[in-house]
Amino acid sequence: MEPILEVRDLHVRFATPRGEVHAVRGVGFGVGREKVGIVGESGSGKSMTGRAILRITPRGCRTSAARIALGAENLLAASERRMREIRGRRVSMILQDPRFSLNPVMRVGDQVAESYLVHHRASKREARERALDMFSQVRIREPRRVYDLYPHEVSGGMGQRIMIAMMLIPEPAILIADEPTSALDVTVRTQVLAILDDLVTRRGLGLLFISHDLNLVSTFCDRVLVMYAGRIVEECLAADLENARHPYTRGLLESMPRLDAPRERLPVLKRDPAWLE
Amino acid sequence: MQRAWFAWLRLLRNPLAATGLAIVVALVAVAIFAPWIAPQDPFAQDLAQRLRPPSTAHWFGTDQVGRDLFSRVVHGSRITLFIVALVAVIVAPLGLAIGTIAGYAGGMVDTALMRLTDIFLAFPGLILALAFVAALGPGLVNAVIAIALTQWPGFARLARAETLVIRSSDYIAASRIQGASAARIVLRHVVPMCMPSVIVRTSLSMAGVILTAAGLGFLGLGAQPPSPEWGAMLSSGRRFLIDYWWMPTFPGLAIMSVSLAFNLLGDGLRDALDPRSE
Repeated sequence: MEPILEVRDLHVRFATPRGEVHAVRGVGFGVGREKVGIVGESGSGKSMTGRAILRITPRGCRTSAARIALGAENLLAASERRMREIRGRRVSMILQDPRFSLNPVMRVGDQVAESYLVHHRASKREARERALDMFSQVRIREPRRVYDLYPHEVSGGMGQRIMIAMMLIPEPAILIADEPTSALDVTVRTQVLAILDDLVTRRGLGLLFISHDLNLVSTFCDRVLVMYAGRIVEECLAADLENARHPYTRGLLESMPRLDAPRERLPVLKRDPAWLE
Repeated sequence: MQRAWFAWLRLLRNPLAATGLAIVVALVAVAIFAPWIAPQDPFAQDLAQRLRPPSTAHWFGTDQVGRDLFSRVVHGSRITLFIVALVAVIVAPLGLAIGTIAGYAGGMVDTALMRLTDIFLAFPGLILALAFVAALGPGLVNAVIAIALTQWPGFARLARAETLVIRSSDYIAASRIQGASAARIVLRHVVPMCMPSVIVRTSLSMAGVILTAAGLGFLGLGAQPPSPEWGAMLSSGRRFLIDYWWMPTFPGLAIMSVSLAFNLLGDGLRDALDPRSE
């Protein structure tokens, strides 16, 4: 499959008073019109990979890469102005917790409309219509009522649907979802994932799904990248995850409780410094 | 709208804040209707009636040239309100702009703007205002400009502190991801979030503004006689304090009650606008 987004040899480093932290160490992958999952434990560099692509890394952070390309365009050479056009319009990102990622003093509908206005010359009325339409696409039953609510008045699942609406309204080609469901409870999670799946398939988007939930990724995504300490240690089809070879992936799989094979005590993940080489 | 309504109710439930609000509303009403409330022309002299104590004819008594003090205090409210409104209109947007830009941009811009505010903060407000008025020349408008110049650094500091908290929040990241420019983020997201604390700060610093304005008037650098400015009236009444106590007392009481009212209102607003108090 031809990749829309291509990343090669991506490094992210932080300068801290206690020396340099190498958060992402030479990560490379491609995303086509498919769902690619990135799994890994906290601090393995999953989120930083996503943020480095959009160039929204925190201050004091150095990013380097052999190549970050979106279609034919080299993002490494893009100016800041061009990056602003790309963010949202071409590559968008859903954040983890809608309670924090929506502005608490703006009506949610206005925030979605605002997202449309950033990239399109349109009247407020047209943006409003677009936002309402987008609300029905993320299966919000009463778009007109929800439009005027404030973030603290909507539930977590509703909030994440609004977030999806907000990030998809400029019609990006690539969507990065940074743990979009970890703040939601399990029943709502399925609904939100179904909406996400539906929109991604229908619009032919490339989805980069960042998560720490192996089960979720193996059922939801087409391909899986397993990250450990800033590297991709394993890359396989989601269906083949059970047969993963890398000891880290094996360890992760082993340490998950299973209903069909109960065990007294789950094994603790063993780490091998050699994996970093 | 609902939030604003609840904040309003919370404000009225607080007796001190309600008192403050009532006095401020009364000040505005008196200023608007001054010509109808005042029984006499504040400038009309009547040497036959000079230095009369408070009576039914002259509620606050008369001054050394026989002007009715009550009428003068009533008309003085217009000057006070003019100063307060003008200072607020200059200072709040200026401080907000400098503070949010410094806080959001960070780095060199932040350092440069904050050192500038530090320079202004290094002088006591009244002394700095005196220096500006001395340079600009005495007068009401110049006093307002001088006071505004001494007041904005506090607002800039406050707005910057708020911005530093807001800029690291997820919804700012979310709007950056959407491709919003820095100007758009500051105007649409940062400034509205700073508004409650700026409003509270405005109300609280108005007391200081009134005192500084009265102080400048007292020192002869603000509004010029025969203008019925309270500070200037206080200053001219000062010489008569021992024998004719009413002359400095009533303008003094007016200054005190209005600055107290702004302080009470500011405190009440701070409690009412704090979302955590819900």
